[in-house]
Amino acid sequence: MDKILKLLEDDATLTPEQIALMLSKEVGEIKKSIDKYEKDGVILGYKTLIDWDKTDREYVSAIIEVKVMPQRDKGFDHIAEKIYNYPEVKSLYLMSSGGFDLALIIEGKTMREVAYFVAQKLAPIESVTATATHFVLRKYKDKGVIYGACEIDERGNLII
Amino acid sequence: MIDYEKMLSKTVCDIKPSGIRKFFDILSEMDDVISLTVGQPDFITPWHIREAAIESLEKGKTYYTSNAGMTELREEISKYMKRRFDLSYSSRDEILVTVGGSEAIDVAMRAILEPGDEVILPVPSFVCYEPIATMLGAKVVHINTKLENKFKITPEELKSAITPKTKLLILPFPNNPTGAILTGEELKELAKILRDTNIAVLSDEIYAELTYGKRHVSIASLEGMRERTIIASGFSKAYAMTGWRLGYICAPRELVSQMHKIHQYAIMCAPTMSQFAATEALKNGDEDIEMMRAEYNRRRVFILEGLRKIGIECFEPEGAFYIYPNIAPFGLSSEEFCERLLYEYRCAIVPGTAFGESGEGFARISYAYSVKHLSQALEKIEEFVKSLKNKA
Repeated sequence: MDKILKLLEDDATLTPEQIALMLSKEVGEIKKSIDKYEKDGVILGYKTLIDWDKTDREYVSAIIEVKVMPQRDKGFDHIAEKIYNYPEVKSLYLMSSGGFDLALIIEGKTMREVAYFVAQKLAPIESVTATATHFVLRKYKDKGVIYGACEIDERGNLII
Repeated sequence: MIDYEKMLSKTVCDIKPSGIRKFFDILSEMDDVISLTVGQPDFITPWHIREAAIESLEKGKTYYTSNAGMTELREEISKYMKRRFDLSYSSRDEILVTVGGSEAIDVAMRAILEPGDEVILPVPSFVCYEPIATMLGAKVVHINTKLENKFKITPEELKSAITPKTKLLILPFPNNPTGAILTGEELKELAKILRDTNIAVLSDEIYAELTYGKRHVSIASLEGMRERTIIASGFSKAYAMTGWRLGYICAPRELVSQMHKIHQYAIMCAPTMSQFAATEALKNGDEDIEMMRAEYNRRRVFILEGLRKIGIECFEPEGAFYIYPNIAPFGLSSEEFCERLLYEYRCAIVPGTAFGESGEGFARISYAYSVKHLSQALEKIEEFVKSLKNKA
């Protein structure tokens, strides 16, 4: 039933009724599958892509490379957990790069706020040996969606 | 004083402007309308295809190509026809690159028809065939395809439409507006009738890649048919390339050589940058087709089930991206139904009569829209239909 997943991945606003129509299935069956995906942790959540630059909310994001000393027996997981528990950290990845180990995406109101997080919270963690902060100047595309573009149907209405 | 009536061709002046021009004029001036009228893909041409055209411009490839089209493109079309439909056409002299499928149709009809000839046209169908025939002085003989026959033409209907004057049969399948297709078996029955005649077939296969479930079969692949068939097709629907205006003809060389002359003097050659884009589409675009077809198919099932749920009888379309519901039970003419839906519920669908009188009692809905958009439209149609039922 990964057809449901593919549909929801592209558009989380699809209702079970709509999905049922598209796949010629019973609504109940779709609801059951989605429930199961949620329970099994296959579907972890539903979010909205927002272009904050179009609002008056102050917003800045940064990608931070982190070099860490892995801990005996625990590898990177323990330190990763320590980092991802901060709500400011929106994404965290273990990387295969030689230069650093973890990459995280952080969001804040201002650059100062982000810098504060790095200096006061991230860098002092015991196993963190180095960090490099890259501020995002402009988001062009995220999760397959192009930012700044508007959906206007400009197709000519010909009698075709 | 200038007398335009005397100045202009009588044949052209006598061609009726489309009966639903008014409907489209109203539509274009209204805001906040949920429209399901557009007859073109909502996808943007895949980036690698656009890039090929951009690259050709950057490199200054802004010349005319040969009349028939770039050799490489014709070779790719030849391979494509073999790969997708098991048809063999020589890239040297059996393929002509045209300005859209539209020019392909025009050139084909001009090469075959003379004043007084008869051309058999299944209706409802795309709007261009009849005016072209009229301009050539040919007589159009309709076959009214019927809901109970799934909008296919039957062997009996074909037989009874043929007269000694019949020169051409137009086969617009997968069909716009009905979404009907003809299967290999059904085509075989038609082929039996045509085989011993001298009738040419113009098979408009612009929607050939957009069939759901069954693969499209070209009548040219059947015994005794290749030598009489002109395939008109193009890139608009399969690769979401409507604005590029690029199509092609595949036919026996005896026919192509004559069509070549018309194309040569009327058009010269198809736009060069579009030809570069099309070459890339054929080389690396099979996956794009699959992706778009899968998406159309989801929407097709969505709109079909959705319409049926709200009590509108619908034949299941098997091709193109249209659905053609039967709205006769609501007691309004097609135009009334569509105009009221537009004025009262701000939702636009095309009256079946846009595609000829045989479209009375039906409407065409395009599902080349997002599911969200289709969903909103369905809600409006449901409200409208409920209001009609309440009054009845």
